[in-house]
This record gives sequence, structure tokens and C-alpha cells, in this order.
Amino acid sequence: MQTNEEKIRAFILNNFLFDANEGALANDASFLEQGIIDSTGVLELVEWLEEAFAIKIEDEELIPENLDSVDRLAQFIGKKTS
Amino acid sequence: MCGVAGYFNLRALTEPSLCLLERMIWPVRHRGPDGFGFFQDKLCGLAHARLSIIDLNGGWQPICNEDKSVWVIFNGEIYNYIELREQLARQGHRFATNSDTEVLVHLYEEKGADFVQDLNGQFAIALYDIREQSLLLARDRMGIRPLFYTLHQGRCFFGSEIKSIFSADPTLPRRIDPRILQDIFTFWSPVAADTIFEGVLQVQPGHTMLIDRQGVGNQHRYWDINYHAPFADSPEEELAEELRALLIDAVRLRLRADVPVGAYLSGGLDSSAITSLIRHYTTNPLKTFSVAFDDAVYDERHEQARVTEYLKTDHDQVICSNETIAEAFPRVIYHTETPILRTAPTPLYLLSALVRQHSYKVVLTGEGADEILGGYDLFKEAKVRAFIGNQPNSVCRSMLLKRLYPYLALSPTRSVSYARQFFATDANPKEELFFGHQPRWKNGQFLSRFLSEDSRTPGYSPLAKVTASLTEQLEGICFFTRAQYVEAKLLLANYLLSSQGDRVAMAHSVEGRFPFLDHRIVEFAARLPVRFKMRGLNEKYLLKKAMRGLLPQEILDRKKQPYMAPDIRSFFGAATPQYVDHLLSPARLRQSGLFNVDMVTNLVEKCRCKPRQGVRENMALVGILSTQSLHEQFIDNWRVELPSTLPNTRRTIR
Repeated sequence: MQTNEEKIRAFILNNFLFDANEGALANDASFLEQGIIDSTGVLELVEWLEEAFAIKIEDEELIPENLDSVDRLAQFIGKKTS
Repeated sequence: MCGVAGYFNLRALTEPSLCLLERMIWPVRHRGPDGFGFFQDKLCGLAHARLSIIDLNGGWQPICNEDKSVWVIFNGEIYNYIELREQLARQGHRFATNSDTEVLVHLYEEKGADFVQDLNGQFAIALYDIREQSLLLARDRMGIRPLFYTLHQGRCFFGSEIKSIFSADPTLPRRIDPRILQDIFTFWSPVAADTIFEGVLQVQPGHTMLIDRQGVGNQHRYWDINYHAPFADSPEEELAEELRALLIDAVRLRLRADVPVGAYLSGGLDSSAITSLIRHYTTNPLKTFSVAFDDAVYDERHEQARVTEYLKTDHDQVICSNETIAEAFPRVIYHTETPILRTAPTPLYLLSALVRQHSYKVVLTGEGADEILGGYDLFKEAKVRAFIGNQPNSVCRSMLLKRLYPYLALSPTRSVSYARQFFATDANPKEELFFGHQPRWKNGQFLSRFLSEDSRTPGYSPLAKVTASLTEQLEGICFFTRAQYVEAKLLLANYLLSSQGDRVAMAHSVEGRFPFLDHRIVEFAARLPVRFKMRGLNEKYLLKKAMRGLLPQEILDRKKQPYMAPDIRSFFGAATPQYVDHLLSPARLRQSGLFNVDMVTNLVEKCRCKPRQGVRENMALVGILSTQSLHEQFIDNWRVELPSTLPNTRRTIR
């Protein structure tokens, strides 16, 4: 069974980095600073999160503090699903 | 309008060989199918393919001066040739033809290389001075007409298109320069004199270059846009009046032709303005042409109809579907000779075919207005970012971002918090040299990731190159004007006027003419304070004022819609053309060696599953596909065609 973190990593690697190489993504790398996700990508990410984890993300939760790295995402999802 | 090609021997003299010149001019015969002309001696060779527009019987090239010591070929138009001719005749020059070409040799006799200063027009000139044993290459101020060159084994080869250069000598290297690919992925175009092909350069807009037996001289800038002398306190009404008068004159000059002249009409303000000026201030019969799309997101037929009804033009359109765009795309790349990040040049390629079917050779368009008069969303975005940056904690100011890009379905601004970061609203517009372009250029980082290990140059930075190339001109002007200058030098000159302009129009022997790029208007606009270009977020403020009463109010008030065409959706819709699968297959990707095979394969899969993608994915897919197509056509499968009989040929051998 994949952990949330593994699921998130796989999605980011395939979908935004187009790269299967695990070394291409550090868990604390900022998606925005590293140019991994642009603001169009944020919507794609949110769509996926809502579907993959069966959650609803509110507008005010759409902030980099929740979504801008694998670590932050895993933490955010953990809170939402607990 | 025409095609030029030729060579200059830097070292050993060679016996004239027409075969070489014919081989060079043959691949650009689409630029000038009406006849061919050649001049050769042991030092220099000039070839010309003619599209007859002015002086249909007399305007053959090359043309020489009275004593045959100066020979010229040129592609383009000199709009003020009548005035120049009168002045030169008064100075004692004798003219053998009525063409605009002939003024060039006489004006050169009077002024030397500086003669380009007197020209109002769009041109690529090659002028051979037998006494001086020199060849002068010159290009118009804004870069409307192309001119490329390379040095190879003691010779300089030049031409309107790179095809001519590659046809000159089979030993000429044909290689894609991966550093320039990175530049294009960042700026949408190469920088300064570069082209995508290693060793092939362009004469830059507003530059001349002298070649003699000592070698190839530096490019000399004879003109540039000057933002350092703004108008002081001129009343708005007077400036609007002056702009209108200049535009009327620029349109009038551009209707000088011995063949009928049409106009492109997008439905937006700029082309509507030009069409309206033709209608109101000349007696020219008015034929207009438009691009229409099957896909309603891109289509502007409603607005086009509004203008054609209002101005009573005889109107025709080409309707582009995703399939027609995909089908024509490789031929477009054959003509652009450079990677492109959008399919947008393709509909214009299809449009020029329509123009040609109607037997028109010349069209006026609204190109250039956005750059010089302040129309782009990028300028608007820069203003908003600067405004937010002044009060970073203001929620109201951030909401302004939502006013940008309402036409994008996947609008990045739906998440304000992200948009603020993405648009770098904390950057300082005073200190950041490329403040306006920062968000757009960020995509380059993403696109460059698709490059293979082998095509990465350690330490190479596109930004460092553009900084070195443009910094001097950007000093002492505000962020808005800086963005205008950068846009004119990169996107306008090297993409809009070339890939989306000259190359796709000339593919079907159609000449575009651009009244907004008359240098008198460019110089006038450069002196306008920013508030006359963008008032609040109202773009092209002064142009709208100048055009009041000449266009329906709804066109003047219409929110600007940027010209775009479907990108990924053209290739991965109902069906994917075979060539797309082929060019993006692992085998072909390995063959070019330019891209990371796995990453591109993942991208292709993503596009296949869901053709509706974000801006970056669209740019990446079109960028990679066009590069692969370029590689196949110009490197792997390149073959020099030997010309069959050339029609209407004139030769001079000395």
C-alpha cells in the first residue's frame, strides 16, 4: 500500500516533471520556486487531490503553505483526512 | 517583394558559376516566382527571385548604376522611392527604370553605407561595389524582411532564407545549436544575430554589415528605438491628431503598388484601424481576408463581420480546423526554419494561400501596434504587478490579478495567493531589468528540462545572454517602456514578423505591409508618455482616441483578444496524424538526440489522454514537435534540389 507521500511524489514526477527518476524531486523543494508547478498546474493538482483523496479543498486553503512541496502536501492531506 | 541570395569570396577568387547561384535561389522561388536575375564576377555573386509589384516591366534585378560599378539586389519595398528619385534626379542621376530598386544604387553613390537612413520601407539589401571590392548587407529598422549569412571555407554565403545557404555547398555544416534551443524555449526566439543553426547568423534589424577582402565586419547599428526623449506636456487631442495623420500617410505610402492591395482583418482594433483608414482616406477598392476557427474559443468571426459590414469590404476567410492546422504544420516549419512554441503561424500560412488564390500579392496588416502603442497583456500584467508590489498586503490590489486573462479557461488567477507568487509581485520594477518578462520567461526553465543530457551546456544561461545583449538600451527607462523594447527586439522581430509574418506569407508569394511599423510612427510612439499608451488598464489609449469616429464603438471598446490557435488539441484531438507519432517516437527522438526520450514520451502520453493542457505543456509539445520536424527536414532528410529551367531569367557575367 502506497503512503500519501509516495502517491504525491509519483503524481508530481509523472505529471509535472515528466520524469520517473526519483532523484529529480526533493520532498522539501518549493514547487513554485523550482518552476515545477505554474499557477495553471495548481488547479490540476487540486483537481487530483480532491479525487485521489476524496476531499474537498476550500478556496482559502489554496495557499502555498499547504501545497507548495511534497512535505507540505503530505502534511495537509494528513490533516484533511484524519 | 522577392528572394535574394548570393556569396562573396573572402579569399581566393573563383570563376563565375551560375550553377551555384541557381542552386541557391531555387529553394526560395516561392518568394519570387515571376522571374530570376543573376550577376557574377570573380569576387561576388548575386541572385534574385522576383515577385513583380512595382514597375512590372522594368523592375528586374540585379540593377546597377550608370557606369555599372555598383550592383544591387533587394527584397522588400522602398515606400518613399518617388520622393527619393526626384531628389536624386535633381542631383544629376540618370534612371533607367521606374522601379524602387534603382534609387538604392544612386542613393548609395551619394551617401555611401549611410544611405539606409533615408529609406522608408521594409528591406533586405545586398549591394556590391566593384570599385571598393565590398559587399554591403542591410536590413530594415524593425526586421520585417529577413537576411541570413554564414562563413564557410573562405566564402560568405547569404540569403533571404537559410535554405539558400544550405543549398550553396554540401560541405556546409547543418547542426541545431542546443543553446539557442534553450533561448527559444525561454524567449520564443533567438537573441540578437543568432539562429537555431550553428554558424548561421542574421543581419539584425536596423543594422548594416560590410564584407570586403579583409573579412566580415561587425554589424553596425544605424537605427534604434529611442525612448529617451518623451514629449513634454503635449495636449492629448494634438497627439491623437498627429498619430492619425501619421497613420493615414503610412497607409497611403503602403498602397503604392502596381498590383491590387488587400488587408488582413482579425476583428481586433489594429487591423480594423488599418482597414478603416484605407476605406476613409484612399480610393483603393477594399478586399479583406481573415482567419476563422472551427473552435469557438479562438474564433472572431462575429467581430470580423461587424467591421466588414461597417466598412463595406469585399471579404473572404479561411476556416481552420484542428485537422487542417495539424496537416499544414510540417510545411510551416519548412518555412519558419526555426522551432516555434505555438501553432499560431499555421493559420496565417493557410490565410496567405487564400490571398494567393484570389490573385492578390500584397496585404496591409495591423502588426506592430501592440508593441509600439502598448497593447499587450504582458504590459498590463506588469502594471498590475508593480501596483500590487507597492502595497503587498492589500487584498483589494491582489484582486486586480483576476482582471487579467479572463479569456483563459484554465486561468492562473483563480487562486489569488498562487497568482501573486507566480506573477512575482514582490519583484522590484525599478531594479529588475526584465520585470515585465519575468513570469513569461519562467516557462523556459520548465521547457528546458526536456533537453537531453547531451544537449545541455553546463553553465549556459539564456538570461545572461539577453542581459548582455539588451542592458545598454534599457538603462534609464521605466519598466513599462523596457518591456516594450524587449518585446520589439525579441518577439516582434524574431517571431511575429518572421515565423508568423514574412515566412508564412512569402510561402505563398504574399507580401505583408505594416503601417504601424513605419519608422516615423515607431519614433513618434517611443516619445509618448506611458499614460498615452496604457491609461489605467485601458490599452492603446491614444490609438483608440485617434480612431474615434472611424470604427464602430464596440470595436474600440472591445476587450483585447490575443491571436491564438489550438496547440496540443490540433495534434491530439479526434485523430493524431501519423507524422506526429513518428516525430515523437523514441526512435526519432534518439536520432535527433536533442531531448530526454522518457520525459517527452511521458508528456506525449499526458497530451494524448487529455488534450486540454496548461500553457507550459502546450508550449513544450509544440516546441519539441517543431524542433523534431526541423531536424528531420533540414538535417536528416535535407537534399539540395537542382533547379529545372528558371523562367524569365536575366544574367550578367563580368
